[in-house]
Amino acid sequence: MLTGLEAIFFYLFAFIGVAAAFMVISARNPVHSVLYLIVTFFNAAALFLLTGAEFLAMIMLVVYVGAVAVLFLFVVMMLDVDFAELKQGALQYAPIGAIVGIVLAAELVVVLGGYAFSPELAGEIAKPTPDIAIRHNTAALGDILYTDYIHFFQIAGLVLLVAMIGAIVLTLRHKEGVRRQSIPAQVARTPETAIEIRKVESGEGI
Amino acid sequence: MEVGIAHFLTVSAILFTLGVFGIFLNRKNVIIILMSIELILLAVNINFVAFSAVLGDLVGQVFALFILTVAAAEAAIGLAILVVFFRNRGTIAVEDINMMKG
Repeated sequence: MLTGLEAIFFYLFAFIGVAAAFMVISARNPVHSVLYLIVTFFNAAALFLLTGAEFLAMIMLVVYVGAVAVLFLFVVMMLDVDFAELKQGALQYAPIGAIVGIVLAAELVVVLGGYAFSPELAGEIAKPTPDIAIRHNTAALGDILYTDYIHFFQIAGLVLLVAMIGAIVLTLRHKEGVRRQSIPAQVARTPETAIEIRKVESGEGI
Repeated sequence: MEVGIAHFLTVSAILFTLGVFGIFLNRKNVIIILMSIELILLAVNINFVAFSAVLGDLVGQVFALFILTVAAAEAAIGLAILVVFFRNRGTIAVEDINMMKG
């Protein structure tokens, strides 16, 4: 799939990405974790570029680095939590985590070692990737996303809308004693309610 | 040294395992657990894109796009719940999340 210089870059990005992913889960400071998460996503986007999925690579940067990671960063910095205390006794769960991790990795290795492509697979391709010289990745993706997959696309938009409304509703806080503008009250004002006429005696104030 | 799909699957498997391990390692810190879930979803995405490239089928990338959408929504909702929980209880430790007696 990839040869020569591309293969070297694959190993570079893969190694940095995996190392950064390890730092995400082992860093003491959650802010560092978020920054390492950004490094991981950058390298994953580079891997996507190597496979030819250019649009996804760029979306990866925009969505993950631009939105999700910044959201994490905001929350980490906003919450006044003693993270050192949370880290206390973390290694207590390391053995069972290691066991689950090893079992999972072993299963994945078994799958990796045992897979084979079915011969009929070549006939089952739903949407063949067009040659990049004829139609580049973004246009080809748009060709099928806005035609055959339009309903899925709209449902994805709906998911995002519901998530947005949900996040706003969850974090909305009604503070007591905040003076807000009330348009009806302003419109309902008449000279009778707004102006008070007093008789001022000469030589005296009100 | 040709890089094939097996290499991509290996990277993805390592990332997935790291994500699962991170959930166990940081059992007290919900933020790191959410980040581990993002790692797991990233691993799944790498699998989809790698198979899409090898098979020459564009639908894998479409599906990866939808996973990306759901991951973003999940992060937003998860962090919103976390902020609300912190406001109410003043902590984000996992063992303190027991108000619903689940």
